[in-house]
Amino acid sequence: MDLVLSKESIDNIISVLDEDLLRAGADCALLVDRSGNLIVNRGDPATLDVVALAALSAANFGATAEIAKLIGEDDFALLFHKGKNENIHFSKVGKGFILITLFGKDVSLGLIRLNTARVTDTLIPILGGEQ
Amino acid sequence: MSFIDLSKNEVQCKIVYYGPGRGGKTTNLLYLHQALTDSVRGKMVTIDTKGDRTLFFDFLPLALGQIQGLSIKIQLYTVPGQVMYNATRKLVLKGVDGIVFVADSLKVQKEKNVESLENLRQNLAEDNIDIKEIPLVLQYNKRDLGGSNIPILSVEELQEDLNKELQVSSFSGSALKGDGVFETLREISKGTVKYVSRKLLSR
Ligand SMILES: Nc1nc2c(ncn2[C@@H]2O[C@H](COP(=O)(O)OP(=O)(O)OP(=O)(O)O)[C@@H](O)[C@H]2O)c(=O)[nH]1
Ligand SMILES: [Mg+2]
Repeated sequence: MDLVLSKESIDNIISVLDEDLLRAGADCALLVDRSGNLIVNRGDPATLDVVALAALSAANFGATAEIAKLIGEDDFALLFHKGKNENIHFSKVGKGFILITLFGKDVSLGLIRLNTARVTDTLIPILGGEQ
Repeated sequence: MSFIDLSKNEVQCKIVYYGPGRGGKTTNLLYLHQALTDSVRGKMVTIDTKGDRTLFFDFLPLALGQIQGLSIKIQLYTVPGQVMYNATRKLVLKGVDGIVFVADSLKVQKEKNVESLENLRQNLAEDNIDIKEIPLVLQYNKRDLGGSNIPILSVEELQEDLNKELQVSSFSGSALKGDGVFETLREISKGTVKYVSRKLLSR
């Protein structure tokens, strides 16, 4: 159940997030696990409480999964909240992890979706594959 | 589930405060939040509260310093104690590494304590966790009411009801006054870090 990541794995995750999300214009990209641990955070979260964001996102995802069950779905693969200036995109990475992307109004949701899908495919084997 | 980041030599663990409604779980976290310095604790998040009843959870992250070269990060959570919120309790329990069971010393809560502990046992079992395996500490809260005109359970009675079989560490306390709050946290953190590192070594 427990997750141990080597420096090499962490570095790999960092470079995937930087290349596919930050360089595509995202302000921030975070990988968290579904019990609320913050695995990696990238970008400029100076004003952002990333530890709280990780805990709340995990809980939010868990609650949404329960809602999914109530309406006969397995789970929702992604969640998206649109703000006035900042948007937030959550997507499942395997069974145990969530990728959180923050981006502004001049970045398209389509691009973020596309890139998150690619990032997810790269991350799954790093995070233990069997997920 | 704990997470170990070898690039930072950091371990993150999740500790959940469990127990019957109004037993004092949230009060434990509030006390820690106001008693600890900024360098140790992060921001406390309380979501969904109705009056003083927790509807979802409270969250308080702590940085407890170094143990054997590993820096220890602990996330404290509380569950909603009210019986009807079991789905939420299960959610918060996901990936738990250690548990504080906050029992209410009020005599009228005698049954509620036992029910809540049984509910914990069941919820853990559903996640394939044996209550006898996971680090667990009991806190007998509201001891400050001893000597008032409110009838309370004796520590012996609480031990008999809750700890006869489990035989784990227990602390008398008053979350409201802060008595026993640190002792409880210290014991569960120690147990949890030990448990997590033992699991690691046996991998
Ligand atoms: N006298 C006394 N009162 C306490 C103590 N700890 C908590 N209380 C009071 O008991 C009430 C309930 O405490 P909470 O901490 O909100 O209880 P909880 O376990 O979080 O309850 P739920 O969120 O419903 O599960 C509050 O009014 C507290 O002030 C204590 O040690 N002594
Ligand atoms: Mg509460």
